[in-house]
Amino acid sequence: MAPVVVLWLAMCLGGTWAVDKGNFKTCDQSAFCKRQRALKPGESPYRALLETMELTNTRLTLQLINDNNKVRLLLELYRLQGNITRVKINELKPLKPRYEVPDVLIREPPTEPLSLLSQDENGVVLSLGAESQRVIVSARPFRLDIMEGREVLMSLNSRGLLAFEHLRMRKDTQADPEAEKKEEADPANQAEAENVDEEKVEDGMWEETFKSHTDSKPNGPSAVSLDFSLPGVEHVYGIPEHADTLRLKTTDNGDPYRLYNLDVFQYELYNPMALYGAVPVMLAHNTQRTTGIFWLNAAETWVDISSNTAGKTVFGKMLDYVQGSSETPQTDVRWISESGIIDVFIMLGPKPKDVFSQYASLTGTQSFPPLTSLGYHQCRWNYNDQEDVKSVDAGFDEHDIPYDFIWLDIEHTDGKRYFTWDTHKFATPKEMLQGLMDKKRKMVAIVDPHIKVDSNYKIHNEIRSRGFYIKNKDGGDYEGWCWPGSAGYPDFTRIDMRDWWASMFAYDQYEGSMENLYTWNDMNEPSVFNGPEVTMHKDAMHGAWEHRDLHNTYGFYVQMATAEGLIKRSGGVERPFVLTRAFFAGSQRYGAVWTGDNAAEWDHLKISIPMCLSLGLVGISFCGADVGGFFKSPSTELLVRWYQTGAYQPFFRAHAHLDTPRREPWLFGPENTALIREAVRQRYTLLPYWYQQFYQAHRTGQPVMRPLWVEYPQDPATFTLDDEFLIGKDLLVHPVTEEGARGVTAYLPGKDEVWFDVHTFQRHNGAQNLYIPVTMSSIPVFQRGGSIIPRKLRVRRSSTCMEHDPYTLFVALNSQRKAEGELYIDDGHTFNYEKEEFIHRRLSFANNILSSLNLAPDAKFTTQSWIERIVILGASKPSKITLKAADGQESQVEFEFDASMSVLTLRKPGMNSGADWTVTLQ
Amino acid sequence: MSCQYHQHLLLPLLLSLLTAGVSSVEVQRPRGVSLSNRQFYEEGKPFTCLDNSATIPFDRVNDDYCDCKDGSDEPGTAACPNGSFYCTNAGFRSSFIPSSRINDGICDCCDTTDEYNSGAACQNTCRELGRKEMESLEKMAEIAKEGYRLKQLLIQEAKRGLEEKKKKLQDIQVTKKDLEDKVEALRTVKETAEQPEKEAKERHLKAWEGKFRFRNWCIFFFSLSVSVAELLSHSELNPDSDDSFTEAEAQVIILIYSKLKITDYEIIVCFMLDLLFVCRNLEKEISFDFGPNSEFAYLYSQCYELTTSEYIYRLCPFNRVSQKPKYGGSETNLGTWGKWAGPEDNIYSVMKYEHGTGCWQGPNRSTTVKLTCGKETVVTSTSEPSRCEYLMEFISPAICQEPSSLESYFHEHQEL
Repeated sequence: MAPVVVLWLAMCLGGTWAVDKGNFKTCDQSAFCKRQRALKPGESPYRALLETMELTNTRLTLQLINDNNKVRLLLELYRLQGNITRVKINELKPLKPRYEVPDVLIREPPTEPLSLLSQDENGVVLSLGAESQRVIVSARPFRLDIMEGREVLMSLNSRGLLAFEHLRMRKDTQADPEAEKKEEADPANQAEAENVDEEKVEDGMWEETFKSHTDSKPNGPSAVSLDFSLPGVEHVYGIPEHADTLRLKTTDNGDPYRLYNLDVFQYELYNPMALYGAVPVMLAHNTQRTTGIFWLNAAETWVDISSNTAGKTVFGKMLDYVQGSSETPQTDVRWISESGIIDVFIMLGPKPKDVFSQYASLTGTQSFPPLTSLGYHQCRWNYNDQEDVKSVDAGFDEHDIPYDFIWLDIEHTDGKRYFTWDTHKFATPKEMLQGLMDKKRKMVAIVDPHIKVDSNYKIHNEIRSRGFYIKNKDGGDYEGWCWPGSAGYPDFTRIDMRDWWASMFAYDQYEGSMENLYTWNDMNEPSVFNGPEVTMHKDAMHGAWEHRDLHNTYGFYVQMATAEGLIKRSGGVERPFVLTRAFFAGSQRYGAVWTGDNAAEWDHLKISIPMCLSLGLVGISFCGADVGGFFKSPSTELLVRWYQTGAYQPFFRAHAHLDTPRREPWLFGPENTALIREAVRQRYTLLPYWYQQFYQAHRTGQPVMRPLWVEYPQDPATFTLDDEFLIGKDLLVHPVTEEGARGVTAYLPGKDEVWFDVHTFQRHNGAQNLYIPVTMSSIPVFQRGGSIIPRKLRVRRSSTCMEHDPYTLFVALNSQRKAEGELYIDDGHTFNYEKEEFIHRRLSFANNILSSLNLAPDAKFTTQSWIERIVILGASKPSKITLKAADGQESQVEFEFDASMSVLTLRKPGMNSGADWTVTLQ
Repeated sequence: MSCQYHQHLLLPLLLSLLTAGVSSVEVQRPRGVSLSNRQFYEEGKPFTCLDNSATIPFDRVNDDYCDCKDGSDEPGTAACPNGSFYCTNAGFRSSFIPSSRINDGICDCCDTTDEYNSGAACQNTCRELGRKEMESLEKMAEIAKEGYRLKQLLIQEAKRGLEEKKKKLQDIQVTKKDLEDKVEALRTVKETAEQPEKEAKERHLKAWEGKFRFRNWCIFFFSLSVSVAELLSHSELNPDSDDSFTEAEAQVIILIYSKLKITDYEIIVCFMLDLLFVCRNLEKEISFDFGPNSEFAYLYSQCYELTTSEYIYRLCPFNRVSQKPKYGGSETNLGTWGKWAGPEDNIYSVMKYEHGTGCWQGPNRSTTVKLTCGKETVVTSTSEPSRCEYLMEFISPAICQEPSSLESYFHEHQEL
C-alpha cells in the first residue's frame, strides 16, 4: 500500500517518482547516531571492576566504570544452552529504569553453568564448556574475547567503542527542582552529578528537530553502543530489512545500515536506508565457522561495518598472501541504539544450521502456515466490489489457473474503518465468502492498526473508552494522519489491548467474516503520514515507556495480536494466516511478511532474492515480494519473469497499485497466460515439498529459502551468490531476472554433487558454472542428486482441491546411487499436528531398494493419497521391479525406461502414502 | 460459455429442442467421452491416444493413470493434467470441463457426473438451468425481434436525416459563394481605412493564437455584452483543451474582444466563417461512420445519464463521456470520442473514448462503451475495472442483429 495519498504527495513530495531521501534521516541527522559515530576507535574509557565480580552457577556479574565520568555500569554474562553467550550491560543505578525488550524471547533462556578458569588483576577467564571455548574478561580497558583453543572468535569493545549514555538530569533552567533535591539527598549521585556537569551538552541531546517535527526528549541522551570484532571473517549477512545485496557491505564511506521501521515511499535499491521491518541479527561466516550476533534492542539502531580487506582487490590479497605480510582478514561491526540497554546474544555456531537453531531457541521458529497459504495469492489495490471479486475468481477458472486466496485492500472497508465493509461495494460479504468457499478458496482482508477517530465507529469508541490508545507526550490520545484521515494508534504493547484486539476477530464481532477470511496487517511500522519520517513521534507514550524505546516492535505486536485473534475465533483449532509489513525479531512466530511497496522494475525483481534470503537467515522464512511490482506497470516480459521467480519463493502473491492498469494473469494474450499458468502450476505441483520445508522450518528454525553458502559453507564461491538460491537443501533455483535474457549462468555447488534439471532431467556435475540457454518458458531449477522430492502432478483449481490426490516421487540418485527424502502429510490447516496427527516418513533409496520408513510411529493420521508414480533420475534399466506392501504381499510394478536421460518411471505402484513399503529394482 | 453465447441469437428450432427437454438416449462409452469421440474408444480393443502418441490396452482407459500425452486415455479421471471431461448435461447444454475438476468436491456439471467419487453432495440442476435458459432465450428473442424492428426505423430516419443534411449543405454553399463576393468588395474599403487598428488587433490575436478557435472569436463580435457567467456556460468556447473553463479565462476573452472595434467587413467575415464552420460540421456528420446503415446516427448530439451512489455519469455518443459527483464537485472528462473498437467481426459493438483527464501517476482516463441489443437507448451500468479505465454498458436497438443468424449456434450446440 502506498504510504502517501495524492493530497499528501502534492503537499510534501511534489510528485517525485523515487524515494525522497530528504524525508528520512541520515546518521548525521539523527543526533544520537551522529554523537556516537563521532567516537573513533581507541582506548576504551571503561574499566572492569574485578573486585565487584559475582559468579553464581548461572551468571557472572561485575561492574564497569567509565573513567571519564565515573558512571558505573553492570555487566551480566550468561552461558546459555546450545552454545550461546549472553552479554547484558545496563547502568548500575539508572535514574529511572531503562527499557528491556519483553515478549520477543520465547522464554527466559535456560542457562548452563559458567566456571572460572583463572583470574588475576588483569582479568578473568571463564569456561564456556564446549570445545575449549572460553571467554576472557579483560579489566583495563574493559573488553571481552570469546576464544576457542587459541583462536579468537569474537571480541567485544576491542576497538573501545562501548558507549553508554547514562540517564541524567537536565542542567539548564528547565531542570526539575524536586529531582535536584533528591540528588542532593544522595551523596553518591551527587558525586556523579558533578562529573556529568563536565560533560559537554551537545545539540540534540534534549531536543531534536527534523524537518518540521520536534522530538522533545524529556529523558535526554540515552544511546548505547558496542563494537564487535570478527577475526577471520570477510562475509557478514542479515540485519534486514534493507534493499541491498545478500552480503552486507562495509559502511565506512556512507551511512551505517539503519534499523528503524519506516513506511518508505518508492524505496531505492542498494543502499542501507531503513525499510519496513528490523531484525537486529547479523551472521558472520567463513569457511571454518558461522556465528551470529543478536542485538536485542527495539529502539532506532544503526549498524556500522568495516573490514580490513574491503578495499583490497583480489590481487592485493594475493600479494599479501605471497609476501606473508597479510594481516588476518577481519570484519568490525558496531551497533548503536538510541535507548534501552545492551543485551546481546552471541551465537557461536559453529555450522550455519547451529546458528539457526540457536537463534530459534531464543525467538522461536517460523509458524507452521496453513498449506493453502503456500499456494498462489491474487491481490490488487483494489478489487472494487463483490462483482469484481466474482469475475476475477471466474477468470481463474476460465483460464484454468489455480489460486487459493483473493485479497481485499483498504477500499473494501466503510471509509477505512477496519473490521467493516463498504455497504455498497461489499454489501453481502458472507455471500461472497461463501462463493469462494464453494470453490475451496479463501480471502484475505486488510486490517491496519490506525483507527479512524470517529465517535460512530465501535472499534474507536471501545479503544478510547478502555484507554488503549498510545498517548502523546502531553497525555492525550495520540492522533496521526493515515488512510482514514485522523487516526488513533492502539497500544499493542499492552497485553490487555492485544487480548481485546484478538477478540474483535470473533465471528460475532467481525461482521461479515467467515472461517475462510484471513488477515493482512499493513502500515504497522506504524505509518503516520504527518509524523516525523512518516512514523510516530518518538516522545509518544506507551504507559511509562516512550515510543522511542520500542518503536521497532510495534508491528511485531500488531501481527501477534491479529494471529492470536484468528486462532481464538476457531477455538484454538485452526492455524492463522496473517501477513505483516513491519516486523522484528520473533515475527516469524506469527505469519508471513512481504518486502513492501516495490516497483515494476527489473532491479526490484532481482532484489527480491537477497531481501528474502536475508530474512530467512534471521528466522523469517515466510517471505515474498509483490509479484509484478507494486508501483508502476510491468512489461509483459517482466511480469512473466516475476511469476516464474515468485512461484519459487515462499510467499507467492501478485499485487498492484490502485493507479496501475489491471494485470490479472490472462490480460496479456494467450501465450503469456500460458506461461504464467505453467509457472503457477509448477508451484502447485511442488506444494508437498514446500509444506514439508515449512514443517521443518517450524520444527527446527532452518530457513526454507536459503543462500547456497548455508548448505555449502566451505565453498567460498557461494558466499556472495544472490541471484540463485536453494529451497530446503534439495532444489536449486536460478530464476531469469534479466530483461531479454538468452541464458543464465547458474553455479551448481558441491564437487561431489550432481544436479538434475527438473524439466529435462539432464544431469550436471556440481562445482561448476553452468550456462543454461533460456526461452520465455524457462525457469532453471535443479534437484540435488541424493534427494527424493514428493510432488502432486494433478494440479487443480486450489490447493484444497488437491488434498486427496496421489503423489509422484522424484528420486534423484547421487553418484553413489543413493537418495533420501521425506514425506510429511497432515490435515493442512489445524493444530492437530501438535497432537501427533500427521504422517512423517523417511524415503530412502539405496542398493536398488526404495523404501518408506515411518519416522513417527506414534503419530496417527490417515490419508487417501497414494503413490501414483515414481520417477528415478540417473537410473539404469532394471529387468524387473517388485513392490512389497506392508502386509508382505509382493507384486510387479510396470515401468518405462528412457535411456537417453536415464530416467526410470514406475507406473502406478499404488501404495498408500502413509504405509510401509519397499520397491526393489532387479 | 456465456460470452460466446451472447453473440449468437436463437432459432425457434433450438427453443423447441430445449422445450422438449432432450432426454437423449445414454450411449455406452467410457466416462467423460463425448458422443463425437466415442468412436475412438472401442471396448476391448487397444486404445490409441487421440494424438497418436501411444497405443495402450483398453483397460488402461480411465484407470486413473495418465498414459497419453494429450490426456485422451483419462477422460473420466483427473489423472492427466491436460484432459477434458464431457458433461452430457441432459436437459441443458453439454460442455467440456478440464479433467482436473473431476472429483475435486466442487459440482461443475449440472448433471453431477463430474463428482462421482468425491462425496460432494451435488444436485442435478440441468432441467432447472435449461428452463431458465429457455426463458431468458425467449426473452432475448423477443427483445431482439423488437430491437431489430426499431433498428429498421432508425435506419430510415438516418437516411432521411442524411438527405436533409446534404441538401442543407448545398444551400449553404450557395450562400457562401455570395458572401465571398461581398467580402472581397469590403476588404479594399477596410484596408485603407484602418491600418493602425489592424496592428493592435493582430497583437491581441497573436496572444490567443492556437488556443482559441477563430469561430469563437467571431461569436463575440455579436455578443460583446455577454457576462462571465454566460460565457462560462459555453464550454465549447473554452480556449484551452483542458477541462476547466475558468472565470479568469472568460474574463480575459471578454476583455480582449471588448477592446476591438468591429467593422462591417469583420461582421461579414464572421458570417462567412460561421457558415464555413456549419458547413464543415455538416460534412463531418455526413461522412461520419454511424454504422453500416447509419443506424447509430440518432445518437449524435444526444446525451444519456446514469446516476450511481456517488456519481452522475454522462455519455454523449460520438462526443464525450464524463463523470460528476452527485453531491457537488467539478465534472471529470472520462474520454472524448475515439473510435469504434469492437472485435473485427463486430466492430460496432464497442465504442472507445480516449484522452480524458489525466490520473495521478496513471494514464489519461478512457472509457470503453459496450453496446448490447435492447428496445430502449439507455446506459445500464458503469464501472472502473482498472484505475482510470472505465467501462460502460449501453443498450440500443441500433446494435440488434437480424434474428436469423442462429443456424451456426444450433450447429455448435447440437450435441445434447
